Amino acid sequence: MKLKDIAKEEFYRASYGCAGCAAVLMVRLTIKALGKNSVYVVPANCISTVSCYYPQAPFFVPFTVMAFAATAAALSGISAGFRRRGREDIHVVGLSGDGGTADIGIQALSGAIDCGNKFIYICYDNEAYMNTGIQRSGLTPYGAATSTTPSPCFENRPKKDMMRIVAAHDIPYAATACTSYPLDYMEKVVKASQVNGPTYIHILAPCPTGWGFPPDETIEIGRMAVESGMWHLTEFENGEFRTTYTPKRQRPVSEYLATQTRFRHLSPEQIAAIQKEIDAARD
Amino acid sequence: MATEMSVRKYITANEAVAQAARLARVDVVAAYPITPQTSIVEKIAKYIADGEMDADYIKVESEHSALTACMGVRMAGARAFTSTSSQGLEYMHEMLAYAAGGRYPLVLVNVCRSVALPWSIWGDQQDAIQQRDTGWIQIFTETGQEALDMVLQAYRIAEDHRVLLPVMICLDSFIQSHTEELVQVPDQKTVDSFLPRYDPVVTLDVDNPYSISVGGFGKHYARWREEQQTAAEKAGEIILEVGDEFARIFGRHYGGLIEEYRCDGAEAVLVAMGAFTGTAREVVDEMRDEGKNVGLVKVRAFRPFPVEPLRKVISPVKAAAVLDRDCSWGYEGALATDMKAALYGLPNPPAILNFIGGLGGADVPPERMKYMLEKALAADRGTTPHLEFIDR
Repeated sequence: MKLKDIAKEEFYRASYGCAGCAAVLMVRLTIKALGKNSVYVVPANCISTVSCYYPQAPFFVPFTVMAFAATAAALSGISAGFRRRGREDIHVVGLSGDGGTADIGIQALSGAIDCGNKFIYICYDNEAYMNTGIQRSGLTPYGAATSTTPSPCFENRPKKDMMRIVAAHDIPYAATACTSYPLDYMEKVVKASQVNGPTYIHILAPCPTGWGFPPDETIEIGRMAVESGMWHLTEFENGEFRTTYTPKRQRPVSEYLATQTRFRHLSPEQIAAIQKEIDAARD
Repeated sequence: MATEMSVRKYITANEAVAQAARLARVDVVAAYPITPQTSIVEKIAKYIADGEMDADYIKVESEHSALTACMGVRMAGARAFTSTSSQGLEYMHEMLAYAAGGRYPLVLVNVCRSVALPWSIWGDQQDAIQQRDTGWIQIFTETGQEALDMVLQAYRIAEDHRVLLPVMICLDSFIQSHTEELVQVPDQKTVDSFLPRYDPVVTLDVDNPYSISVGGFGKHYARWREEQQTAAEKAGEIILEVGDEFARIFGRHYGGLIEEYRCDGAEAVLVAMGAFTGTAREVVDEMRDEGKNVGLVKVRAFRPFPVEPLRKVISPVKAAAVLDRDCSWGYEGALATDMKAALYGLPNPPAILNFIGGLGGADVPPERMKYMLEKALAADRGTTPHLEFIDR
């Protein structure tokens, strides 16, 4: 995919998202990648909060809100319903946040992957419950302060590895992405749409409001996450993981952590420990 | 393929319900097993495996997902079926309200069972009663035949564009679910003439995009909810309309929102829901033979609550004994409360005696029903004695 191939048409506009919101960018990129022949399920999260209140309608494709824990089950049902009506050509897409995926929605996600219906489940990960005011989720990284893990009692557990969890289901296709790499993400969305079965894409979506950085740095922060090794762009296919993008330069994680107020409290020793984890994962 | 002729079969109410799902030409079944519902979904799975039913079965990991998947099927414009019991219904609770508020025309069969704690797989109606305010139309049945017939009618009621609300058909565990009785299983062609294909008002339509379930603030929220209440009240009329049409085609009629049995000139009536009404008919007959003026009121629709029919039949009697297989803890049985509210404003109203019985699978034998009716015969108008637990 090339930049010039991206649809000019906007299918999602005029939301109440915060300035610099990567989740809003994720929605725009997703629908541009899939086109009009797609329907969306949005559980409780920032996207539903900033785009679903009647009579507001930023989605120019069919969409429904859904209960927090229920995204994947709804995808499964819609997919089965379309199959019965001979409309398997329609892409059935879930746009769930990190808490809706790794915490309250993980049971339904596991069940739906196991069922095998065709859908694309997108987890946009801003690493905490942002629309309710930055509470920690199962995808909040070690060291981050949130409103339920305030400094100095910051998050003391690592981020759940959702890719390994979905891979353990023998999912036909899964990928990680980041909003700072739109072509990489959109190619993965298109690839997922061509799979006849459940697919999962986990996209890191930096949040200026929750992470504490200026709204014009969203793209740069996402790049730094990848370049520092805090996040990776990968695919899982045919039982194998592979990296889809290796940064040309590797930054020390301290640079990434220093850009965000949520990590401000970390001591040099704690930062060194995070760097050690990253280095160990690289090897 | 499906049975071509209407046949009489000795089957359980669970099998009757499975037959109804097949005859309703359900596109997708999403269900999770729980005693005593299991044989419904087992039968359906077998029909599909044997090619007798053309449907997809989504093997969900929970009841929460079962109901959600059914909503998804509806969003895609197809017909869905699910069934559960007890803890399963409780686990669905969030989605029950979601489905009703979202005006999803779903049909669910609940095999009424106790809820924990104490843990029990046996019957009462606490599970269904605890879902009373989720917005579902709730219909209680007495026999396997009535369960089958009401599942077919439920799709007509739910999908009626004047209603668009989910319908819960309740049957009693074991007394109905696991007891074989003679059931007339109608033929597909006749069912098709009664129940046409689903004609959705709105779907996830890529050619005509809608936001089909959204958020609402303030006035919008209130307006939406008011329309839901209007539809729920309207459902009472539609239940009657559909029941009459069903009777014309199939020759079976269940009396509407309530069924009166020997209430003419009755001094006291027993009011009950579900399979216990079968025993109650016999008790009424025996007591009538003894010269006692008693009758039975079977409440079929619990939501919408049949206020007018109940006022009409209850107001002339001296007392009503209301049997609840449930309790709103700290107050009384839910049916008793609603009965009293329905009679509000009547001058010198009948006495309402509330009996809580048949909990956790306890039987309520004829002698105990007699006891309740005798107490009612002895009661003074206008009184509401404290509730009495009769399972001792």
